[in-house]
Amino acid sequence: MPKNLDQFNIVIVGTGGQGQITLLQILAEAAFSEGYEIKTSELHGLSQRGGSVEVHLRFGKKIYSPLVSQGKADLILGLEMQECLKACYYANPKTIFLINKYVVPIPLQKPFSEKEILENLKKCSKEILLIPAAEICQKEFGTNVVVGIYLLSLASFKKLIPFKPDSILKAIKKIIPEKYLELNLKTFKLAQG
Amino acid sequence: MELLENKIGKKIILMGNEAIVRGALEAGVNFVSTYPGTPASEIGNIFSQIAKKSGTYFEFSTNEKVALEAGIGASFSGLKTLVAMKNFGLNVCLDALIPFVYTGTKGPTVILVADDPSCHSSAQSEENSRPLSFLAHIPTLEPSDPQECLDFTKLAFQVSARFKIPVMIRTTTRVAHQKMLVQLGKITKPGNVGRFVKNPHQFITLPPRVLEMKKELLEKIKKIKDFSEKSKINKLEIRNWKLGIITSGTPYLYVMEALKELNLNLPVLKLGFFYPLPEKKIKNFVKKLKKVLIVEELEPFLEKEVERLAKDANPKLKIFGRNLIPEVGELKPEIVSSAIAKIMGKKINLKSNILNLKSVKRLPQLCPGCPYWLVISAIKKAVDIKKVIFGGEIGCYMLFGNPPINLQDYLSCMGSSVGIAHGIKKSAGQKVIAFVGDSSFFHAGIPPLINTVFNKSNPLIIILNNQTTAMTGHQPHPGAPVTPNGINIENIVRACGVKYVKTIDQTNQEEFANTIKEFLEKDEVSVIVATRPCVFVAKKQNA
Repeated sequence: MPKNLDQFNIVIVGTGGQGQITLLQILAEAAFSEGYEIKTSELHGLSQRGGSVEVHLRFGKKIYSPLVSQGKADLILGLEMQECLKACYYANPKTIFLINKYVVPIPLQKPFSEKEILENLKKCSKEILLIPAAEICQKEFGTNVVVGIYLLSLASFKKLIPFKPDSILKAIKKIIPEKYLELNLKTFKLAQG
Repeated sequence: MELLENKIGKKIILMGNEAIVRGALEAGVNFVSTYPGTPASEIGNIFSQIAKKSGTYFEFSTNEKVALEAGIGASFSGLKTLVAMKNFGLNVCLDALIPFVYTGTKGPTVILVADDPSCHSSAQSEENSRPLSFLAHIPTLEPSDPQECLDFTKLAFQVSARFKIPVMIRTTTRVAHQKMLVQLGKITKPGNVGRFVKNPHQFITLPPRVLEMKKELLEKIKKIKDFSEKSKINKLEIRNWKLGIITSGTPYLYVMEALKELNLNLPVLKLGFFYPLPEKKIKNFVKKLKKVLIVEELEPFLEKEVERLAKDANPKLKIFGRNLIPEVGELKPEIVSSAIAKIMGKKINLKSNILNLKSVKRLPQLCPGCPYWLVISAIKKAVDIKKVIFGGEIGCYMLFGNPPINLQDYLSCMGSSVGIAHGIKKSAGQKVIAFVGDSSFFHAGIPPLINTVFNKSNPLIIILNNQTTAMTGHQPHPGAPVTPNGINIENIVRACGVKYVKTIDQTNQEEFANTIKEFLEKDEVSVIVATRPCVFVAKKQNA
């Protein structure tokens, strides 16, 4: 992706407690180190109590709005599959969905099946990448708290984000507290494959 | 901490609330008070961490009125003061605010108020704080982004110092929780300790002097209006004149985004001052236009002002705003671009395919392991929930209204569960259980409790003592300060004249359920203090 990139829009969706705000911080630092203007928007408080959480990051030459417009996402990072259905609002046929194969059931609701979710997402975009990230991280580290970092790193290696993977790595080192850094660096390596 | 680095000109990524803290530090703030409330909470959280290092006095006060009163005392003593709260807090402190604008400041004072369009983190109402600026005659600035949060905070202190009046900064969720690169200025070391110098002429609001004070205030506002007319924060971006746009706050960002996307070159008047408005500047702007679009979030207060000014300046002007932009819910960039496109006769393709599915509705839930689950189960053991009225209010326990819990029959502001329970008891006599959180009890729950004793009603009040202000991010409160030995809630309840009061750990389910049954039969008010720490507090204590 050339440096004169006009804008790049990312929406991250999932449920409360999946670390969206940390991912946003890492992405913002990486975009900053690549020399872009950035704007992010996040939510705090009530929405974090297990509710749906959606955060936005935009970067490019000149960025005003902190919110991604309807149909203008370049990348949707889905940490939970059902939440991706809502994110279709931001998708156009070229939007890349990078999705964690993981469903958090909603109390008192029959969860959407994987098939149902994929069928519907395909109506919104042609670029659907379903990754068993939760399973991979669980198997490798015994925890899936690093799923977001895994997908983010993967996105940089697969060139789904216009950053050098090294920018993501530097941002991880800057943002993640010492105590958890080793696990996150291992996750980055794992995504490199 | 990067926020405290005195590197002038350095750019760092800051959230709106962090930039407000930085702006206050650059202005040399001495005294900061707050009551936590999203989307303003981070301001207090950050000051509670940095106060020692930055040499600032900081407190979490018992409620917003008390926070403002503390701030007024600091200002009267000559200190630079910041008081932060969310929109509902402004209602709580309004009684103290209005006379403070009359007396004016001694130490410059800034009041930060954060609104939450779309109620992302708010119950009770989608409140727009703007008309309170007119009501209180308080100069009000509206930043659009974190850089302006920093710059406007410094400017607000300057305006306050120059005109001896408190200045309000109004943000919204999308400003407070927006991040961008912000250029830092120089941190000013807070000055000396304050000193209250007696000055009854300024500080006593009694008639007949109070009417003189009102005249003086209106004179001041005239002068500030002149300042606002010349201020660079009311900025005009001149382009061609087919359609003009007047806007402020984050809606400005959506306007600029839309103009870029639609490839239009329209003149935009961006207002940094919401009150007093630069009326001449607005009149001069609309004089040249055939059409104007007012882009503002929530109720059309700005639009009404423009209508009033245009009557005189340009009676033929076509004014667009509320007919194209909703009055409920926050604005989004596509709403603004669609409105502009419509007036300009441009086609816009939003490209997205919105699924027609039963929606994924994920309501917030009490955390796993939350001690409130045990209160819920004890209640369900003790009573037929259809035969009891349950009063809720603001805190994690407002989630009691969600299925499968269903223990909430009304919900309003902080402290109101008890006051309303009293009214229901007096009117309908049905059994009522009112929930009130520990922080909420100290905030506004004590006067209504005293009222049930004074005016003799018998609701059962369950004080949910989880020893923290959990919902807003675990801030301390008088019953649970950082150090142990907070004020004992049961002692306060007894001192209010309540005879039937018991402190119970709800893990003792049988005792809890039996006490509910017993207390519901009493002919006087009764109180259970359900005491067990929030899971996050318990984690910290065990760490």
